[in-house]
Amino acid sequence: MQTIRYEAPQTVAQAVRLIEADPGAKVIAGGTDLLVQFRAELRQPTAFVDVKRIPELVGITIDQNGLRLGAATSAAEICEHLEMRRLWPGLVEAIQLIGSTLIQGRATVGGNLCNGSPAADATCALIVNRAQCVIAGPKGERTVAVEHFSTGPGKTVLEPGELLVACCVPHPAPRTADAYLRLIPRSEMDIAVAGAAVSVTLDKGGVCSAARVAIAAVAPTALLVPEAAHALIGSPIDDRALARAAQAASAATRPIDDKRGTAEYRRVVAGVLTKRAAAIAAERAKGR
Amino acid sequence: MAKVRVETTVNGEPAEFLCEPHESLLAALRDALGLTGTKEGCTTGDCGACSVILNGRLVPSCLVLAPEVQGQTITTIEGIADGERLHPVQQKFLEHAALQCGVCTPGFIVAAKVLLDANPSPTEEETRYWLAGNLCRCTGYDKIIRAVLDAAAQMREASAQTREASAQMTEVSV
Amino acid sequence: MSDRTYRYVGTRPVRHDGLDKVTGRAAYGADFSLPGMLHGVVLRSPHAHARIVSIDTTAAEAMPGVKAVIAGRDIPPNSAKLMLGGEAAIDLHDMGDNLLAHDKVLYHGHAVAAVAATSVDIAREAASRIKVVYEKLKPVCSIDQATSPGAPILHANLVMQGRPKSEAKGPTNIAGRMELGRGDVDKGFADADVIVEREFRTATVHQGYIEPHACVARWGQDGRAVVWCSTQGPFVVRDASAAILGMDAANVKVIASEIGGGFGGKIVVYLEPLAILLSRKANRPVKMVMTRDEVFRASGPTSATKVKMKLGARRDGTLVAASASLWYEAGAYPGSPSGAGAMCCLAPYKIPNFFIEAYDVVVNKPKVAAYRAPGSPMAMFATESLLDELARELGMNPIDLRLKNAVVEGDLAPYGPAYGPIGLKQVLEAARNHPHWRAPLEPSQGRGIACGFWFNAGMNSSATITLSSDGSAAVITGNPDIGGTRVAQALMVAEELGIPVERVRPSVADTDSAGYTDVTGGSRVCYATGMAVISAAHDVRDQLRARAAKIWNVDLESVGWDAAGCAVGLNGVGNFPPLTVTELAAQMANTGGPIVGRASVSAPMAGPAFAAHICDLEVDKETGRSRVVRYTTIQDAGKAVHPSFVEGQMQGGASQGIGWALNEEYVFDEDGVMENPGFLDYRMPVASDLPMIDTVIVEVPNPLHPYGVRGVGEVPIVPPLATIANAMRDATGVRFTELPLSPPRVLRGLAARS
Repeated sequence: MQTIRYEAPQTVAQAVRLIEADPGAKVIAGGTDLLVQFRAELRQPTAFVDVKRIPELVGITIDQNGLRLGAATSAAEICEHLEMRRLWPGLVEAIQLIGSTLIQGRATVGGNLCNGSPAADATCALIVNRAQCVIAGPKGERTVAVEHFSTGPGKTVLEPGELLVACCVPHPAPRTADAYLRLIPRSEMDIAVAGAAVSVTLDKGGVCSAARVAIAAVAPTALLVPEAAHALIGSPIDDRALARAAQAASAATRPIDDKRGTAEYRRVVAGVLTKRAAAIAAERAKGR
Repeated sequence: MAKVRVETTVNGEPAEFLCEPHESLLAALRDALGLTGTKEGCTTGDCGACSVILNGRLVPSCLVLAPEVQGQTITTIEGIADGERLHPVQQKFLEHAALQCGVCTPGFIVAAKVLLDANPSPTEEETRYWLAGNLCRCTGYDKIIRAVLDAAAQMREASAQTREASAQMTEVSV
Repeated sequence: MSDRTYRYVGTRPVRHDGLDKVTGRAAYGADFSLPGMLHGVVLRSPHAHARIVSIDTTAAEAMPGVKAVIAGRDIPPNSAKLMLGGEAAIDLHDMGDNLLAHDKVLYHGHAVAAVAATSVDIAREAASRIKVVYEKLKPVCSIDQATSPGAPILHANLVMQGRPKSEAKGPTNIAGRMELGRGDVDKGFADADVIVEREFRTATVHQGYIEPHACVARWGQDGRAVVWCSTQGPFVVRDASAAILGMDAANVKVIASEIGGGFGGKIVVYLEPLAILLSRKANRPVKMVMTRDEVFRASGPTSATKVKMKLGARRDGTLVAASASLWYEAGAYPGSPSGAGAMCCLAPYKIPNFFIEAYDVVVNKPKVAAYRAPGSPMAMFATESLLDELARELGMNPIDLRLKNAVVEGDLAPYGPAYGPIGLKQVLEAARNHPHWRAPLEPSQGRGIACGFWFNAGMNSSATITLSSDGSAAVITGNPDIGGTRVAQALMVAEELGIPVERVRPSVADTDSAGYTDVTGGSRVCYATGMAVISAAHDVRDQLRARAAKIWNVDLESVGWDAAGCAVGLNGVGNFPPLTVTELAAQMANTGGPIVGRASVSAPMAGPAFAAHICDLEVDKETGRSRVVRYTTIQDAGKAVHPSFVEGQMQGGASQGIGWALNEEYVFDEDGVMENPGFLDYRMPVASDLPMIDTVIVEVPNPLHPYGVRGVGEVPIVPPLATIANAMRDATGVRFTELPLSPPRVLRGLAARS
């Protein structure tokens, strides 16, 4: 029976050294996925590397470049941040859907991403907002677009010794807004059976000039769906455009049957959520 | 297999304990510190019976590693009442019969206290969503929600009276 | 009885044990520790069906920190022997085999061995080092699989009990069949103007108590075991443990902790005999606590079912015939509640011709345990859904259809006896008059109504009341308090003795100190244990009257008891001012010594309970997701001793039924392994899933009880299954006959219709 160590590095460099030296070490932020897996004996780390005492990983900054979200910032802190909610309502909505209020006291966006679940609530909202992942490692720092961060269920682009430090989100263009919806059987708590995030930019005439659509839980990773975005661009985001976007989203899905839903169900609902999220995003964009 | 020594503050008092590095805060509270008011229902963060307040935040203690709380501040159900004086949420739970078997009650009371500290006037819907992480199998939640909303009303009333009283005192002293 | 005015009964005092519960001081099963205590962990089968070829525990026993290891060989073989426990009989042979498997493992999670060690981590590691060689067998995981020709057989020696349809030929998984009938069913259907028939299915669901099973056992040098545990029945734990281990019952003392929910699931014994055995071997106390995963995989959920039912009626709505075929999964050992389901499903209605058959089928899943009105919800799901269809076909209001056929006092129950005074009609009238029934609905919403029935139990209870010289009283029973029964008992004592309820202290005592009492279950505590409490209070009163007689120097017959709770002189026997309990108690020592009231009762079957629920369901037709937007429960409680706790039972049972109808189910893979053994994917209702649940308490007194009490705890779980399905039908036009109504199933049903 091995002893599992607990480490609490104070700097990024310390953390990187620790995880590079010990490939069995796991980074822990909120632990809401990691500790559940640990107790189910699905993951057996040699050490827990607690990154919450590293200043760069905790905190929310908004400046002229946009948003910098420390990877180990709790969802609860994010949901309390009024300015972040004003600028990225869909993103904050998505984060607020992780688990429950209780879970959000611990859950983090970094953890949500690094767990690599295709059903993660934060991922799609980050994708449509063009988020970038800032990664620190033995070879220095690099940036990866969030839609490329997860490579499969439970898998990410993190190399040995690498640590997700922050997510950076650029300021939305004028008349741009986002929304995120997901389908769960109950009203709270459940893992998304399907999810959709949409960001739209409207021109002065109310016609969509730019859009991004991402869907969750319907493929091995969250999917950016350019075809659904194209269905919206150039339209006033009316029912016809919404229906086409829904169709495109459904067509892009590669879902599975599992204990949470059937493939066919996910295919249909991904479309429904896409058109509804697009409608909400459009309403919000008009209000800017 | 060396244990970790943790120094922390629990319910306003300094506390220290030994724990395995991978042990949960829940286990440390219950076994090392003998604070059995916080309950284990699932160890996956899905039932809320282990709710505690960590540095002012509502968290599931089954998903906190015990060594993490070094130097931090924790409040458990045992620290909600002020000596003999119950917190309004506790009192209203009793008056509304908002508990049947009572095992989920500590978690609900801790969670409700954090809600009312953050939001003195929650709506029914806000209250239900805030407490969605706390499972109850006995009550159907009806009396629990009523108790929390009633406690909120009483606390608002009490602080209105305090404000009025201190306003009057200010007038008098001026 | 209905004319009696009460001083205390019917009020809503704070429960005596409430303060400890809101401050975290109350001690539940896992909150207890003893010095030198070890931790016990169970090794469980990784296969749903397999033969055990060998078990080698030597590596585990050799580990430092391991103090005892046991396996099936450590449980003495018990021939099949029935023991009364809870509402059903317990087969000790099956129970022993479930505690630790002997020749075969019959479900994924079946206990195979147990280890006691100085820490849980060491115990788990040691358990993983036990080498078990299995010969895998094919499992059967559904009624259809278990009953198909050539199906793998769980028990080679199983003989079908009851009334087999035909001469039993060879091994079978059908453990039993029973029949109930009256009149001529074929003729009845021939006379019917309208016939509705459907097949209904429900999934395996769990009671879902938040507190996992937990116990601490200590074996003393004197051959005596003391067990602290969370249970609905300390005497069941005592008697079952003693019987399984070959001990005298008096040598097992069981102390019931506070209990974090049971709903029938904590009447069964899973851990205590193991903990006793480990403690005996290790010579130290042993604590065992189930993980949530173990609770789902290895404690008893209730039956998945297949129910085929047919109803026939005349054009005016009179029911003329009914037939039903009930198939219930028993899990790994015989004993599903299909018989109870058969007895309940037609109980609310006068039907002159009916035939019901009920089958008990073993499958490779954990053995089912009782779950609140066991057997009734699934069967009545069928009846109440079909009545809804019938009402639509006949163009009748669903309440009127039920009223037309509702049973009243004197009608025969389907299971034989005539009903005494019952409140079904009153409940239905209350539903019809309730504002919910008339409230407007949004376009995406539908409304459903359904009834429920449960017999309620009587059984045996004891109670003791001790009086202190300051006039305060203690009332002691052996019933763990799940839902406020202690405060109800205090109210009864207060009522009978005229003492304020705050001066009556109720407690739950251990099996040495309390007279024998059957389980907290069957909706029987307020009724049967209540009767014992009231009788014990009368015993105290009689003793107090005798003391007054002594003080006044008169005959006992000349001393009465007035409404204020004082001894008074009767028949103008003298000018004696009334003596209060406090005054009499103060003189106890000089007038005859301590006053202890006692009673034990064997209560006749309690008053049956009827309920009706109304639900408004909002359905998102594009996603199949639904939301309960309004819910009303109406129930005949006989007499509500503490109305808040009666309401609590109604609301709690309703929300379990709502979960059963909408989202709860065990998901198994093809190897019989449960895929969702946690609260994340076993989806019980959370606070944001439900609205406020309105309650209407109807009181048609039960003449068998001094106050008219009927059991209230179980019937509330019965109506929701059909209430929700009927609301779904109203909202979508689709009749769903399979539960749960999870969004994928609903969307599929909607798509199929269009």
